[in-house]
Amino acid sequence: MTNSWTDIKNTDLVVVMGGNAAEAHPCGFKWVTEAKAHRGAKLIVVDPRYTRTASVSDYYAPIRQGTDIAFLNGVMKYCIDNDRVQWEYTKAFTNAAYLVKDGFGYKDGLFTGYDAEKRDYDRSTWDYVIGDDGFVVTDPTLQHPRCVWNLLKEHLAPYTPEMVERICGTPKEKFLRVAEMISECSTPTKTMTSMYALGWTQHSHGSQNIRAMAMLQLILGNIGVRGGGMNALRGHSNIQGLTDLGLMSHLLTGYLTAPTEKDEDFETYMSTRQFKPLRPGQTSYWQNYRKFMVSFQKAMWGDAARADNDWAFNYLAKLDVPSYDVLRVFELMHAGKVNGYLCQGFNPLLAFPNRAKNTKALSNLKWLVTMDPLETETARFWENHGDFNPVDTASIQTEVIQLPTTCFAEEDGSLTNSGRWLQWHWAGGTPPGEAKHDTYIIAQIFLRMRELYRTEGGAFPDPILNLSWDYADENEPTAEELAREINGRALSDVMDPADPTKVLVPAGKQVVNFSQLRDDGSTMSGCWIYSGCFNEQGNNMARRDNHDPDDTGTYLGWTFAWPLNRRTLYNRASADLEGKPWDPSRKLLEWDGAKWTGYDIPDIAPTAKPGDVGPFIMNQEGTARLFTRGMMRDGPFPAHMEPFESPVANVFNLKMRGNPVSRIFEDDAKQLGLSDEFPYAATSYRLTEHFHFWTKHNRVNAALQPEFFVEISEELAQERGITNGGWVRVWSKRGEVKAKAVVTKRIRPLICDGKPVHVVGIPLHWGFTGSAKKGFGPNSLVPFVGDANIETPESKAFLVNIEPSTPPKDKEGIA
Amino acid sequence: MNIDLSRRSFLKLAGAGVVATSVGAMGFGESEAAEIAHVRAFKLKTTTETRNTCPYCSVACGVIIYSKGDSRKGETADIVHIEGDADHPTNRGTLCPKGAALKDFVKSPTRLQHPMLRKPGSDTFERISWDDALDRIARLMKDDRDANLLAANAKGIPVNRWTTVGMLAASATTNETAWATFKFAKSLGIVGFDNQARV
Amino acid sequence: MDSPRTAVSNPPVQPMESNLTQRDLVRRSATSELPPPDRQLTPVAKLIDVSKCIGCKACQSACIEWNDTFPDIEENVGVYTNPHDLTENMFTLMRFTEWVNPETDNLEWLIRKDGCMHCADPGCLKACPSPGAIVQYSNGIVDFIHENCIGCGYCVKGCPFNIPRISKVDHRAYKCTLCSDRVAMGQGPACAKACPTQAIVFGTKDDMKKHADERIADLKSRGYANAGLYDPPGVGGTHVMYVLHHNDKPHIYADLPDDPKISAVIEVWKGVTKYTGLAAMGLAAAGAILHGLFGKANRVEPEDEVSAEKLVEEAEDLREGA
Repeated sequence: MTNSWTDIKNTDLVVVMGGNAAEAHPCGFKWVTEAKAHRGAKLIVVDPRYTRTASVSDYYAPIRQGTDIAFLNGVMKYCIDNDRVQWEYTKAFTNAAYLVKDGFGYKDGLFTGYDAEKRDYDRSTWDYVIGDDGFVVTDPTLQHPRCVWNLLKEHLAPYTPEMVERICGTPKEKFLRVAEMISECSTPTKTMTSMYALGWTQHSHGSQNIRAMAMLQLILGNIGVRGGGMNALRGHSNIQGLTDLGLMSHLLTGYLTAPTEKDEDFETYMSTRQFKPLRPGQTSYWQNYRKFMVSFQKAMWGDAARADNDWAFNYLAKLDVPSYDVLRVFELMHAGKVNGYLCQGFNPLLAFPNRAKNTKALSNLKWLVTMDPLETETARFWENHGDFNPVDTASIQTEVIQLPTTCFAEEDGSLTNSGRWLQWHWAGGTPPGEAKHDTYIIAQIFLRMRELYRTEGGAFPDPILNLSWDYADENEPTAEELAREINGRALSDVMDPADPTKVLVPAGKQVVNFSQLRDDGSTMSGCWIYSGCFNEQGNNMARRDNHDPDDTGTYLGWTFAWPLNRRTLYNRASADLEGKPWDPSRKLLEWDGAKWTGYDIPDIAPTAKPGDVGPFIMNQEGTARLFTRGMMRDGPFPAHMEPFESPVANVFNLKMRGNPVSRIFEDDAKQLGLSDEFPYAATSYRLTEHFHFWTKHNRVNAALQPEFFVEISEELAQERGITNGGWVRVWSKRGEVKAKAVVTKRIRPLICDGKPVHVVGIPLHWGFTGSAKKGFGPNSLVPFVGDANIETPESKAFLVNIEPSTPPKDKEGIA
Repeated sequence: MNIDLSRRSFLKLAGAGVVATSVGAMGFGESEAAEIAHVRAFKLKTTTETRNTCPYCSVACGVIIYSKGDSRKGETADIVHIEGDADHPTNRGTLCPKGAALKDFVKSPTRLQHPMLRKPGSDTFERISWDDALDRIARLMKDDRDANLLAANAKGIPVNRWTTVGMLAASATTNETAWATFKFAKSLGIVGFDNQARV
Repeated sequence: MDSPRTAVSNPPVQPMESNLTQRDLVRRSATSELPPPDRQLTPVAKLIDVSKCIGCKACQSACIEWNDTFPDIEENVGVYTNPHDLTENMFTLMRFTEWVNPETDNLEWLIRKDGCMHCADPGCLKACPSPGAIVQYSNGIVDFIHENCIGCGYCVKGCPFNIPRISKVDHRAYKCTLCSDRVAMGQGPACAKACPTQAIVFGTKDDMKKHADERIADLKSRGYANAGLYDPPGVGGTHVMYVLHHNDKPHIYADLPDDPKISAVIEVWKGVTKYTGLAAMGLAAAGAILHGLFGKANRVEPEDEVSAEKLVEEAEDLREGA
């Protein structure tokens, strides 16, 4: 989230699209009801299903899953055509005026440079015109035909209300009503917030869905302001934290990126990351990359990371592919190329697409280790449960070690919420049985491996032998010790750059925040963006001052938000070019003539003059990008793409299937279904009564929605002879599930490109362990293909067939 | 400092709203004569409070764990109830149907109690000691790493890449656990390392 | 600028006296001479704003956990309402209705939290033949005192909202207590505290009515011309009230009675207890009298009578056995 949960109360219009906030985040959704009650805010829901969020909305519009880009492009076009643009903001704070190279263009659903064989673009033309001074050439009048603004207008031209209706199935008058309501937020005193989640990410073009809304929010002037923003409602309690800390294949901590084989040495690595400003006087904060990277290497390897060994750069693995994401790893596992796997609190058997493939892949492992507070289907993937898990147990040669861990109630530590608040919590219960903390388990495996390397030697032991592991009890580091390491400290005296005789941070002391990190090896910090969380003032994540002066919703005294306790990202954009708030009643920051002051920590240098320095300091431009150059694989503008399995063809290019640059493995391409065999558009989601697969272990949540079902319209039920509450079989090219049918008015057929499209809704929760009735997950049906930029599986839009059926059977002899 | 905070925040929210008046009007706080109460005994009486946050979604609502016994005093702490923390600015005491039932997650009959081993081809898990389990895992990992780590590519550039063992980290663990896990996985050269953020 | 909310402070853990005691009773079932209370507590109410409800069932969850009940894990029968009905283990239930508004042709998903209404004029209490099994406090809470319950089921008959349920295990009647144990400690009910959007709020009845007025004004501004407060006069008003977007037709909300009243039969029975305290009668005799009374009422189905009789007998057996 760019903003925080409590900030949502400041909005005038909430658009829930690509998510279902009331069901998935009920207590965050509270702030929507507050905005409605006290600001007269309106709520719009755009969704294939009439959800429980829709049930409290002011306006609901249906949409076919996977067509959000067309809808949002249509809204952008509507705003531009009707002069509903926050012009001052758009001209000053975006790259609208930047000129683009002549070679760039878009035709037949494809941008310039497409190579069908490689499934990739040559993106060299997707870039700015650079002048002799080394900066981008701009036309502040927006007259130049090659400026971003005019290229954007050209790109959006086809997305008329009629085209939106044809692609999305949203009736034209409903689309226009939504577009009108949204366009009203282009005035500086009216703000809209976007609340989205996996309804936008789980598509082969998920990143572009989000980009389209971000662009709309920019031209409405809604980024950086109270009650505005792009608010990704993240899933798990610490999915934000694990992303921030870089527990991903292609990341290091704090959005430093993992080296690739092209980064042959440290200087080469640095040369592509320390971005120089593209416009005069801009901050381009990543120019500090080296400080964060060196401090990170020092946190990892301490004294073994030295200037003369490139800060132990070669200890890091270098990637030969963009990422070893979960789809790639399971593909490799399926091909017998992975021997061992560790699952720390994750249930991939039910979470990853194409369950049959997952089962085969896990069966190819020599060993599997699971660490979890609860039983999981993954830990028992080898156990036969009849139709619910039809495996041949004896033939599965995988050794499985299942380790019991503690849960939240039995451990101390911090979690980072969706609004980037790092909140500390304390253990309140004694762990059951022999359950152990994850930190104990990780420490033990590490120490035992390190001992083996010490005594036996082995393959490149240096990164293991030299890993910094300096804890009071190395067998189980405490949460406080680890948090202090994340924050960082001075390893030798850090001097004040303004006065080199003055010690800023004495050796051994915690740094106050990342502004004190250095690139000379004198500081260490596990994760630079978290620096400030646990400094010499103490554990700032444990702060509990819940006062909120002037009811802004900021809560600066409550725990700690990254970066630097800042609550709203890009908050300098809440003020105009003179530094006055766009909306005085919603002030966040103000330029007092010498510095920025206000309710939040400024997201800009405190003395950066308002007319000079742009608000988007992490970008080389200092502005936000309506045109994103070659930074996304599938286009610098969002363009309509169908899901890989779609009931209708792409109207821009009848031959194009899915995202033209998404990676798809050969066997998975063969397992894509067509609409003649699988005529119905399926989508998957979670119900408010449940949290993924955990709550099926909870008798209470199991009672509130006890049994696996699928949801269909009355029209489809009639067409297929299905009765409400009866059993159905749902199958795709990859598998089948059996479920109870919920026949509902909340799903209605959509008319897309002249033909009716029936939606089949498939909730996830059920499996073969726990208190709830045994059932299936939608992943039995989902295709094994992901987003072109980040490889998030396309779980929200795929094709199925459905028919009346008989109940599934458990393993014989089991009641 | 933290221990006190974990129990109870004495900071009260400003603006008590409608409900505060009702509490006063009901005579709350008056000393009552000893009389047989009709109503059920208040079940949180003499329990220990601990501040925590809900582990489910990313709203991260504040909760209070009520236990019989205090783990900070070295006692066994048996959780008897979990309820929203009224002092928390985001949820203000409210909880969703998952958060409101957290106690039955903590006390689920399918909580794991002991390390277990499933041997190849077996149809059952059997008990294994922690030491045996951890030694076994370390052995399996080291042997595979020694056999399959790609130290350098064809050009002789060090790549330190281990692709034959993968790991999934848990996005419900703490930042501190995540940092320890990150150090472990990345120092070994595991590249097939991901968490729920991707799916 | 916040909306009223139920929790302004966390529950106490230090030992405290209960604030709801026998001396606060204003009514006691089958008891003709109850001494008047020596004080009047301020009437309380739970307000359920159906228009803010997101149907998440947090109220059900919180109710189960606070009251330590164990609802069954049932089957899916094609609806979101789970369990399928109120039970002795499920005191409150979200009832889901898909209603197409004939005026707009738009679907409205009406979600109503069902449960005891805590009537000012409680039919259950009036129907109850067992002394002290049902009581009413001066703050308006109607509570079941289970150790006095004989499990006859007449409270079910007496209730215009069909709320109480008889346990198949201990043969006693159960329903929402308005969390009398929490209210006695200055806390709001568990459901109201949990409710994420504070569609359920708890406070004095006066304050809740004022809050309802604000909500109704907001709904009218959003086009719900018939928005209103459901506080039915036929039962003397209730201490659980609804804000309905369509207050002109409560029945569309999963058969919420348009004009609930206590059955005439119950009023007659109330007369009988005036002359003959049930305590003076044997339980079997009470059963016989009840049989006679209810037998004449055309509202009571024959199978209900049989089951009621059976329950009275079972209750007796249970007592004798114990």
